[in-house]
Amino acid sequence: MVTAEDVRKIAKLADVGIDDSEINEFTNQCSGILEYFAVLDTLDQNQPLIRERYNILRDDEVLPSLSQEEALQNAGQTEKGYFKAPRVM
Amino acid sequence: MKTLSFHPDDSVHAFITTIPEVTYGDGPLSGVTVAVKDNISTKGIETTCASKILKGYIPPYDAHVVTLLKNAGAAIVGKTNMDEFGMGTTTENSAYGPTLNPLDHQRVPGGSSGGSAAAVAAGLVDCAIGSDTGGSIRCPAAFCGIVGLKPTYGRVSRFGLIAYANSLEQIGPMARDVNTLSNLYSVITGHDSRDATSVDKPYSHTPVSDIKGLKIGVPDEFFGEGVNPKVAEVVRQAIDSLESMGATAVPCTIPSMKYALSAYYVTCTSEASSNLARFDGVRYGPAVGTLKSWHDAYSDQRKAGFGKEVRRRIILGTFSLAAGYYGRYYQKAQTARQMVRDDFERIFRDVDVIAGPTMPDIAFKLGEKSDPLQMYLSDILTVPANLAGVPALSVPCGKVNNMPIGLQLIGRYFEDERIIDTAYAYEQGGA
Amino acid sequence: MEDLETIIGLEIHCQLNTKSKMFCSCSTDFRDNEPNTHTCPVCLGLPGSMPMVNKRAIEFALKVGKALNCTIRDESEFSRKNYFYPDLNKAYQITQYDKPLAEWGKLLIDGDNGEKEVRITRIHLEEDPGRSVHMGTTDRGKYTLVDYNRAGIPLIEIVTEPDLRSPKEARKFLNKLRATLEYLNVFDSEKEGSLRVDANISLKGSERVEVKNISSYKGVEKALTFEVTRQRNLLRRGQTVTRETRHFVEARGVTTSSRSKEEENDYRYFPEPDLLPLRVASWVDAIELPELPDARRERFISQYGVSPEHAKTLTGGLKLAEFYEAVASEDPALAATWTADYLLGELNYRDFSIDAMPADLFRELLTLIKSDTITDKSAVEILRLILDAVKDGKKPERPQEIVSRLGLAKTSGDQVTALIQEVIAEQQAAVNDYYAGKMQALNFLVGQVMKKCRGRADPGHLNTLLKEILDKKV
Repeated sequence: MVTAEDVRKIAKLADVGIDDSEINEFTNQCSGILEYFAVLDTLDQNQPLIRERYNILRDDEVLPSLSQEEALQNAGQTEKGYFKAPRVM
Repeated sequence: MKTLSFHPDDSVHAFITTIPEVTYGDGPLSGVTVAVKDNISTKGIETTCASKILKGYIPPYDAHVVTLLKNAGAAIVGKTNMDEFGMGTTTENSAYGPTLNPLDHQRVPGGSSGGSAAAVAAGLVDCAIGSDTGGSIRCPAAFCGIVGLKPTYGRVSRFGLIAYANSLEQIGPMARDVNTLSNLYSVITGHDSRDATSVDKPYSHTPVSDIKGLKIGVPDEFFGEGVNPKVAEVVRQAIDSLESMGATAVPCTIPSMKYALSAYYVTCTSEASSNLARFDGVRYGPAVGTLKSWHDAYSDQRKAGFGKEVRRRIILGTFSLAAGYYGRYYQKAQTARQMVRDDFERIFRDVDVIAGPTMPDIAFKLGEKSDPLQMYLSDILTVPANLAGVPALSVPCGKVNNMPIGLQLIGRYFEDERIIDTAYAYEQGGA
Repeated sequence: MEDLETIIGLEIHCQLNTKSKMFCSCSTDFRDNEPNTHTCPVCLGLPGSMPMVNKRAIEFALKVGKALNCTIRDESEFSRKNYFYPDLNKAYQITQYDKPLAEWGKLLIDGDNGEKEVRITRIHLEEDPGRSVHMGTTDRGKYTLVDYNRAGIPLIEIVTEPDLRSPKEARKFLNKLRATLEYLNVFDSEKEGSLRVDANISLKGSERVEVKNISSYKGVEKALTFEVTRQRNLLRRGQTVTRETRHFVEARGVTTSSRSKEEENDYRYFPEPDLLPLRVASWVDAIELPELPDARRERFISQYGVSPEHAKTLTGGLKLAEFYEAVASEDPALAATWTADYLLGELNYRDFSIDAMPADLFRELLTLIKSDTITDKSAVEILRLILDAVKDGKKPERPQEIVSRLGLAKTSGDQVTALIQEVIAEQQAAVNDYYAGKMQALNFLVGQVMKKCRGRADPGHLNTLLKEILDKKV
């Protein structure tokens, strides 16, 4: 059982905007789904997934990079060769 | 280079993008028209994952499979509609509107590779490329009456596939018949040094219809609760006809099926919550506003850019990984996943392939499944193969209410050839 | 209050000097380049791109693990650390979490109370994020510019146990660690930002404070000293130390409290599904470690007869040790004194590294000193002229040329005697004072002779000679 408060907290952690008008719907749905998932918690082992393959590595070789123009071509906003983003401070 | 014009009558809305003048070269697929799911990067062609958050995104590189298709002479004619980021079973969760089932426009084509399946079923293309995270190739193949293969994990490079759930998904071929599927498949397999999970097992097989001596496992769980009895009956008949061709069917059980759907949804939403965090509007996608501070602007960007199902899965995945939940959800899901693998390994000691329905029912009516959990439950028969990484395909095996039914065939690791042969035998014998 | 024990643990991020990035084939040599010119779909975090592990980065990290006496895990793996920041290309950092490459090592340092073993908790591999430049002034006008050239540079994070007991000891640990990494040739200490430190510091019995963002190893002692004082003052005033993260503001030499969202974050680590585990413990046997600082120090003492103090100084950095060995051949003791006592002082004064001094010029200078051609004073002057030329970007003159041009060759014995006679004749009053027993008069007279020969005489020798001549006259 999760509460609206839990969903708000998780939505904030995930930085995925949820409107107040959506919170009840999301809470009910997530509650139902997480309850369904709870069957997993009846498993007592905690053995990790076995991964047979390992040490898949590449040699330390330099290949050409994208040009600055190509790197920036999909950016919404750029300035002097940089990507422009909101303030963080 | 040669060119062809592509102006399809796309009344089912299979495509997000079409390419009116297509150039193609020589090779085994020279001039064969191929539709590519819109979550696969195509250099110079908009790639949106059917999401507003990637509107206008033009990849500066081709996915490995796209390079292979081009090298084989294929004519890539467009990008197909899908559930946003692959999150859905109906292709209704697209920012560009739903795709319709070519056999009944009131019904969904299945998903998430619904656009690819519809384009093939409607005869708009020779074949298509889809991706399958929990059934996204097999489900629409079943609903639209075509053949679709989810390869063994690692057999096709994922480089350039926009990740939804990395540990589960594979790119695979879709076609109207097994031979075309096999030809397409032989082009897209092989090792790629840019994908660490890629294995060097190229496919270069020609389907053969002799299945004498083949042992088929028929899991009880695939015919139990939640499966439409009429669908079950059609599939049983299909298995009977495989027996009439010399195969032997034996019952088996997959006890871990009890956990499979939860393990699947916990894993895929966890990975998705991380994969989809990069869509911040800084490097690509609609520009993020710079008036607000970072977290506010980022949150706004994602609310405006993602549909509800995507946000719901991000929240579920964030729950599964969060402190206090990780041990109960993500970790236990991995335990369950290992149990599914162990079950398959045990069953495959005695049988060569596993057979059952692809989907528990025929294609849903548009809007029929509105409750998310009910929608998730319809994936119950397809997710086990993704959890285990084994190959699985869907081949048409009859109709219920005039809508096609898919026979699902699941094989041992790297024995994609054997399920393709089995499907070919059925197709040839059943025809 | 002053005696409360200080407890410090460090987390050191060190850029490995591989040719290509950690997970893609972009060049790591980006420092003099335009922003966003060393990127590709992988390090830009473009949708659909996938990481591929650089083998050399693994080898370098193993080398460090071996040098720090760590146990290499049989199986280690990469995980995703999820947090959102514009310069984090994929909105997660690929790092190692519960299965790091190496664990439980140690490094021997010269501690506050003699030799001391500092325990290493773990060493893991990860990728550097991009770089943010904060722009604008008014709150609504502020924004961030992002350059992803640095994104994906391989890093190792070395975490110590809380074994350090003072800011000075922390600095000594870092110096030793830096030297070790240099000797291993896995890291270039001269590249800006190639070594970054987070420190956990507490006074015994109080809460722990994490100081982040110390981007130079010199800043560590400063930041920690500030923090010790701040925490002591809090306790002295009867307040308590709050458990928090603080940032070091290098320009002001202070730490400031930071309550960004990131601090409260739950990073939701999980294994990176696009990468497979590492099983590289057996590789360690094949790794041959080069001579490390302690071994080289011992060798300098035994091979060159250098004093333990000089040996420690001269082996404190790889390039310095190599420089010394390149100039030591003729007179190791003289070379040690001149390198450790004079050259390093002049270099530090100018904020230069040892690279600034061409070894062949220094060798020539040592030859001039050894052959008694110039005085120590002239030698220092030559050293300064060479370094000033380097500072101005000019080609420095050879020491021999400087000696000729400025006439710095020592004044000969006859000339000195003649000058002494001149001074005695001119400074009769001082001479009388000397005879009257005033010893300062002798110093005055030595000074007068030095003035006449413009310092090109050995003051000790001059003193003896002057005394001899004056005493003879009696």
